[in-house]
Amino acid sequence: MPTSPHGREVTIKPCLVGAVLALVLTAIPFGLVAARALRPMQIFVVVGAAAITQVVVHLRYFLHLDLKPSSQTKLIALCFAAVVLFILVGGTLWIMFDLNYRR
Amino acid sequence: MTDAVVTAGAGEETEAERALDERAYGFWIYLMSDAIIFALLLATFVVMSHNTADGPGGQTLFRLPHTFAKTMLLLASSTTFGFASVAIAAGQRRRALAWLSVTFLLGLGFVAMGISEFYGMAAAGAGPWRSGFLSAFFTLVGTHGTHVSVGLVWIVLLGCEVALRGLNPFVASRLCRLGLFWHFLDIVWIGIFSVVYLPAIL
Repeated sequence: MPTSPHGREVTIKPCLVGAVLALVLTAIPFGLVAARALRPMQIFVVVGAAAITQVVVHLRYFLHLDLKPSSQTKLIALCFAAVVLFILVGGTLWIMFDLNYRR
Repeated sequence: MTDAVVTAGAGEETEAERALDERAYGFWIYLMSDAIIFALLLATFVVMSHNTADGPGGQTLFRLPHTFAKTMLLLASSTTFGFASVAIAAGQRRRALAWLSVTFLLGLGFVAMGISEFYGMAAAGAGPWRSGFLSAFFTLVGTHGTHVSVGLVWIVLLGCEVALRGLNPFVASRLCRLGLFWHFLDIVWIGIFSVVYLPAIL
């Protein structure tokens, strides 16, 4: 079994599974927007859900970030970045939309 | 250092492997900081998304087929980079170079389409100077495109190293970090097309 510098087995299967899943998760939002098959608000929700799912697919199948001990340090760094992001992005949007409301 | 990696028993982590692991982790931390930059650029865009200053908006400027093609190019390039990674791990130099070349061409297509889109918009008077919305758009998508372009240069440099010096644990480790960078950019693009292009076209 070919191994990466980190001793992990590297096969082609995760690439193919990830590619197919990502393709489907891209086709759905693009298709919905092209066809306008639902109300706009509903389409936004589906686009958002598909985006988040596709990010997870990329992390799992392309970046090999799973719940195993070998991925733990990267996962912790990712969660910390997510917390910082939540504060910064959430705070920015909150402040700017509040300012806009007050005019 | 190479000998230590080769003669280590299965399951043992050598000094060398740990050093390479640390490099990948360090690069991952850089990617997290980059993720914060992109997220804030996205947030800025969202704040500015209605500030079109009586100029053209996304409805007029963005085209679905163009965006879909760019998305497919980048997704395909991520997949082919994955194939290259498999070849690198298996020590197959020719195959690795072939897949890296395909990845490069797909990425080049993506950047070319991006430049053509920017040029078209600027020529039609919808450049970054036109409105807050457009400033935010050009900054966000331009920063992403610049990252991809740097990635392309990196692919060429590592490709040359593989071609001239063959595969070894060091170049494999560098290619691993390039892979992290390349897949990360595809993840950022998911955010961009979901938040910038699709809602505007709808």
